[in-house]
Amino acid sequence: MATRSQLVRESGVTSAPAAAAPLWRGAWAIFAKEVRTEFRTRELLTTTAVFALMVVFLFSFSFDPSREESRRFGPGLLWIAILFAGTLMLEPSFLREQANETLSALRLAPIQPCAILLGKTMANFLFLTITEALLLPAFAVFYDVRLWPVLPGVLLALALGTLGIVVPGTIFAAITAHARMREMLLPLLLFPVLISVLIPGTEATAALLADPPEWPSLWLKLLAGADVIYLVAAYLLFDSVLEE
Amino acid sequence: MTPNRILWLVVKLAAAAAMAAAGYAIFFIAPDEQTMHDIQRIFYIHVASAWTAGVAFLIVALAGVLYLVKRQPRFDWLGIAAAETGVAFTSVVLITGPIWAKPIWGIWWTWDARLTLTFVLWLMYIAYLLLRSLIEDPQRRSVLCAVYGIFAFADVPLVYMSIRWWRTQHPQPVIGGGQGSGLDPTMWKVLLFTWAAVSLLFALMIRQRYRLESARYQTEVLRQELEDRKEAPAAPSRA
Repeated sequence: MATRSQLVRESGVTSAPAAAAPLWRGAWAIFAKEVRTEFRTRELLTTTAVFALMVVFLFSFSFDPSREESRRFGPGLLWIAILFAGTLMLEPSFLREQANETLSALRLAPIQPCAILLGKTMANFLFLTITEALLLPAFAVFYDVRLWPVLPGVLLALALGTLGIVVPGTIFAAITAHARMREMLLPLLLFPVLISVLIPGTEATAALLADPPEWPSLWLKLLAGADVIYLVAAYLLFDSVLEE
Repeated sequence: MTPNRILWLVVKLAAAAAMAAAGYAIFFIAPDEQTMHDIQRIFYIHVASAWTAGVAFLIVALAGVLYLVKRQPRFDWLGIAAAETGVAFTSVVLITGPIWAKPIWGIWWTWDARLTLTFVLWLMYIAYLLLRSLIEDPQRRSVLCAVYGIFAFADVPLVYMSIRWWRTQHPQPVIGGGQGSGLDPTMWKVLLFTWAAVSLLFALMIRQRYRLESARYQTEVLRQELEDRKEAPAAPSRA
């Protein structure tokens, strides 16, 4: 597979990557394409949302929690469900491109390679957020959690945690797309790394749902710190991930 | 035998001698610990292995950076060599730890910060090795493994902080002894000597694995060349 610059040279087109569209325009185009593809079938969202609900549902059988216990287990259960759903959802984001070799086409497009990853990350963020929006009310109902008074804090923790899941997740999905057994491999790569999102996310939610609620500033800061480090690492490494 | 091989033979013998001497020092020179007695002696191997594993994972990340910058296969060989050896030493840490913990703490395992971190590291680098074995294309394998190695290492401080704060939020098990503030000077000397011996062994293992990977790479290059010739017999290969 020739690199982009080689192809550009061979095709006689003289527009160098300098003519590439600005990063945000390219990322937005990729994001719009991902969202359009998904909302034509909605298959990814449907399966992931049902799966996440199933996890929440099954947990109640294996623990049979009382009201007090569900306050103790609930936050962890919520984050495990999100983590599982996220992993499930991240796999197709690069696998979908393989069927018709469309990733090569994207690479040839006059956008920066960073925009591909950024657009896909944004799309994954949106999809996981939608899943969480469906999961959260179900969780509150099944486990008798009073969500309403602490909703802003929970939403903040979820938003920070979701970013922390999708940034490494999208990079790792791009990595495993080239491997055998990729469906198994992605969670294996992702879960140990995401301990740094799972623990602060769970603890922040637990503090908010405690009686009386506490503001988990330490855990939220840790989540934000994880997001920053992941974004920087992703920014530095994305070029290598996408090269041919 | 070439002088080079003699030199390496000497190094190997020195490593074997150092390991034997470390074993002697651990059992006969290190003083008896007041409360834990002989079981404490596992501490020297345990801590020396843990430090060595840390060095190994640092090497994986550095080799990854160097590979991505310079694109020389030797950094990739160094990366896999360090990752595999690091997993081996982490396994030693995870096995010797519970052997010590059972008589001292009364339990094999506890979700203490350092234990959990070691376990997570072990999982991370096993995943690294799996990733390596599951990507066919050699060039791509090197790049993607380098990326994962760097990402995983950058994540370690975050994981450590979350685990530490997570644990301090809960009642902590009483950690008996261990390396508190005051380690006996002789114990320190034995520990450092053991670490030096283990490091020498580690260096030899890395070298061995590096050479294996290099040989594998060269075989692959030769096989590729052979296949290219078979596929294009008309091409003037003799030219």
